[in-house]
Amino acid sequence: MQWEIVIGLEVHAQLSTSSKIFSGASTAFGAEPNTQADAVSIALPGVLPVLNKGAVERAIKFGLAVGAHIAPHSVFARKNYFYPDLPKGYQISQFDLPVVGQGALTIQVEPLSGNAKPYEKVVRITRAHLEEDAGKSLHGDFHGMTGIDLNRAGTPLLEIVSEPDMCSAAEAVAYAKALHSLVRWIGICDGNMQEGSFRCDVNVSVRKTGAPLGTRREIKNLNSFKFMQQAIDYEVQWQIGTLENGGKIQQATILFNPDTGTTHAMRSKEDAHDYRYFPDPDLLPLDITPAMLEQVRATLPELPQARRERYTSEYALSAYDANSLTASREMADFFEAVLAEMSPSPQSSPASGRGGERENQSSTSAKMCANWLIGEVSAQLNRDGLEMTQCPITPQQLGGMLQRIADSTISNAGAKDVFRAMWSEGGDADAIIEAKGLKQVSDSGAIEALVDEIIAANADKVTEYRSGKDKLFGFFVGLAMKASKGKANPAQLNEILKRKLSG
Amino acid sequence: MFLANADVRKVARLARLAMDETEIEAARTQLSGIFALIAEMQAVDTQGIAPMSHAQDVAQRLREDIVTEANQRELFQSIAPQVEAGLYLVPQVIE
Repeated sequence: MQWEIVIGLEVHAQLSTSSKIFSGASTAFGAEPNTQADAVSIALPGVLPVLNKGAVERAIKFGLAVGAHIAPHSVFARKNYFYPDLPKGYQISQFDLPVVGQGALTIQVEPLSGNAKPYEKVVRITRAHLEEDAGKSLHGDFHGMTGIDLNRAGTPLLEIVSEPDMCSAAEAVAYAKALHSLVRWIGICDGNMQEGSFRCDVNVSVRKTGAPLGTRREIKNLNSFKFMQQAIDYEVQWQIGTLENGGKIQQATILFNPDTGTTHAMRSKEDAHDYRYFPDPDLLPLDITPAMLEQVRATLPELPQARRERYTSEYALSAYDANSLTASREMADFFEAVLAEMSPSPQSSPASGRGGERENQSSTSAKMCANWLIGEVSAQLNRDGLEMTQCPITPQQLGGMLQRIADSTISNAGAKDVFRAMWSEGGDADAIIEAKGLKQVSDSGAIEALVDEIIAANADKVTEYRSGKDKLFGFFVGLAMKASKGKANPAQLNEILKRKLSG
Repeated sequence: MFLANADVRKVARLARLAMDETEIEAARTQLSGIFALIAEMQAVDTQGIAPMSHAQDVAQRLREDIVTEANQRELFQSIAPQVEAGLYLVPQVIE
């Protein structure tokens, strides 16, 4: 009997506001303990929360980006529980009337097993709501006491809840990655997972095909995609093993231990889930007017999915290329800036590059540009541990170089030299080509002379070639390239060699 | 009677209130009175009226996203029972 995996995610995205959700204290990461914990963050009696407009705008922006209904009227509620890093004794959250309603996100799944093909899937988003983060408990060496840092208390979070639409670790990771890319793309969250700006809780259950949903266990606080995949794989095997051995799954909150690669249940607290939500009397309902909605809509950039579709339709790029280029907005913008640089028509600026006439030319340029970005540029960034925004080469530089490949001034091999020089020393392509003498020889007379010499000097090999040893062609190409110091135009060289060798 | 003593004990435990049996009995009577009032209100026909989440029928005003609070850690920590290395110290909590 086949087992089916059912996965849903709850993601906490820290909103990139300067100040906290209910007070004017800073949200900057890494400050000295409690220096950003104001009277509201530490819950001094008598203080009142005042809602941050920037947090509301970011929540709306997210809702619009996933095609969700934005509630014209939403309500903040108190979620009651006791923990020292929550000084009020309740967390301000939203319960039955969240700001963002049902939406959906299209994801690109790369199956983990080798021979399966990538595919697209739509994951439904149940809701997204605003809430405040708690502080941090430090269980260090404080004479048997616990240290509390409330700098993080009151940091705005958007909790994004998905439907249980994912049925493998690969799909869950693809969804988390798509969401991570989207919140950064629309500029509402910095996505820094090490600093906890993007935290994932994963609900996992298994069932026999067609059976009702099984009991789920929730893996808390996963802060890397790799751990997410490992945690789900382990958990699924554990649940199937337990059920096949006649056991039962108890609903539980569990943690993943990256060192052992295993999951384990947290001590289940009695009454832990009795949060006694009720509307927070300190906060009035949040009304979002059509005007505010339109204001935010106007700030929404072209979304990754729309760009992917445009790249495949307008530039005839493969789905793989389009996905890689839209992995981040920085990458996509860089791509379009390079393309604008290569394109002869002035109206194709990155912002308005949606015209349609120059298909063939632009499709060749786009493919070349995509290859370089996904290949050489990404590889170099990786090697140097840099982000796209820190790329030492500007779109102008790269575009200038690709232009020289396109007009046959340099060969692909020569371009790699130019690229390396640009990366480490800067400068534009033409200057580097000149300084390094990389200009291709496209003078057919010069190439013919060179080929004649080689044929004369290797009579025995020529005879072998002519008697059917086709493989020797490469040998002649190598000799000719060497003789031209790599500067012969490869297409021309091939053509001339072929002609002369065939005698 | 709307509540049993067991209900009061549960609510008291959730709210971290230590109550003896006399107090529980008194709280039960008072809370039951409140529930009776709620039941009376529930009987009113509110069909077609949107529920309110706040007693005042006004909307939330929003604050601009600007940092306005300066660091006042020393002042705040001067009334804390115990601090160290900038942290508030509390009895140990174990996950």
